[in-house]
Amino acid sequence: MAHQEFEVEITLMNKPAARDPVGETIQKDLLAKKGYDMVTNVRSGQFLRINIQALSQEEAKETVTKMCNDLRIFNPVTQNLYILKVKKTK
Amino acid sequence: MKRLNMSIRIAVIMFPGANCDLDTIHVLNNVMNIQTDLVWHNYFKESEYDGVILPGGFAFGDYLRAGIIAAHSPALDQARMMLKDNKPVIGICNGFQVLTEANLLPGALLQNNSLKFICKWVNLRVENNKTACTNMMKRGEVIDIPIAHGEGRYFADNLKELEENNQIVFKYSTENGELTENANPNGSLENIAGVCNLEQNCIGLMPHPERASEAILSPKGTIHGQLFFKSIIEFIKRRLS
Repeated sequence: MAHQEFEVEITLMNKPAARDPVGETIQKDLLAKKGYDMVTNVRSGQFLRINIQALSQEEAKETVTKMCNDLRIFNPVTQNLYILKVKKTK
Repeated sequence: MKRLNMSIRIAVIMFPGANCDLDTIHVLNNVMNIQTDLVWHNYFKESEYDGVILPGGFAFGDYLRAGIIAAHSPALDQARMMLKDNKPVIGICNGFQVLTEANLLPGALLQNNSLKFICKWVNLRVENNKTACTNMMKRGEVIDIPIAHGEGRYFADNLKELEENNQIVFKYSTENGELTENANPNGSLENIAGVCNLEQNCIGLMPHPERASEAILSPKGTIHGQLFFKSIIEFIKRRLS
């Protein structure tokens, strides 16, 4: 099997126990004040799009998860890592 | 092996983006009279030094998260070796962030609750005076010192453990040593401003002792930052004697 290029999108977000003042400010000081009081919560995060060579979609996902853990791309004390999507690039 | 006071050698690590390195060098060399070298992070050799300070600034532009890129520098491997020899490893401000990201200190530093960069003088209460940078202070003593950071909100998920192990070194307080919400500039957990490892030879703090070591720099004329550096020197002397 030949290597193919995949695009993996991940987001890093503060754990629920760690306050997120960016999200709080967007909700309380912007949305709620401008009439969007139906919004009950906003959490901000960091977004990374990673292009990676792998044999399969699963391998691409596994490698990204491994490197994020090994190199502390997310801080395990305060953040959670979410893989949003993995797709083959054209 | 006994050595003269003047033969103590300390390194201040220079990361790309550090900006408090020269202030720290100035205080150690010219105020405390300790031979101190500025060392580029890739070239640092722990065997040549009795202690190391990771200074404040914005190492690697704070990209991804404050301290995370620098935490992978070879200087941190050297710092780990120093700790095994009981040589002090101290992180000031950005240096504290680097030490938490390198897993040498517990917890993490998050963005200030106010979302603002805060630069002002605060009061710290000494919680543990047995560490490599507080042994010349009294427990409960309140010191004047400035902070200057955007990401200084201390967070840890094992607070009880830190308390039981005496790992909390400094807390933000009022002038009288009260731990009020108003005295907490950034929303830190339990007003925590500085912590140490179990061995108490690795310490990180957000405030800047190098900016509080000369009377001309302090609004009250205090030089409490000197106690911090005197403690490091004392710790090194005890280790060498």
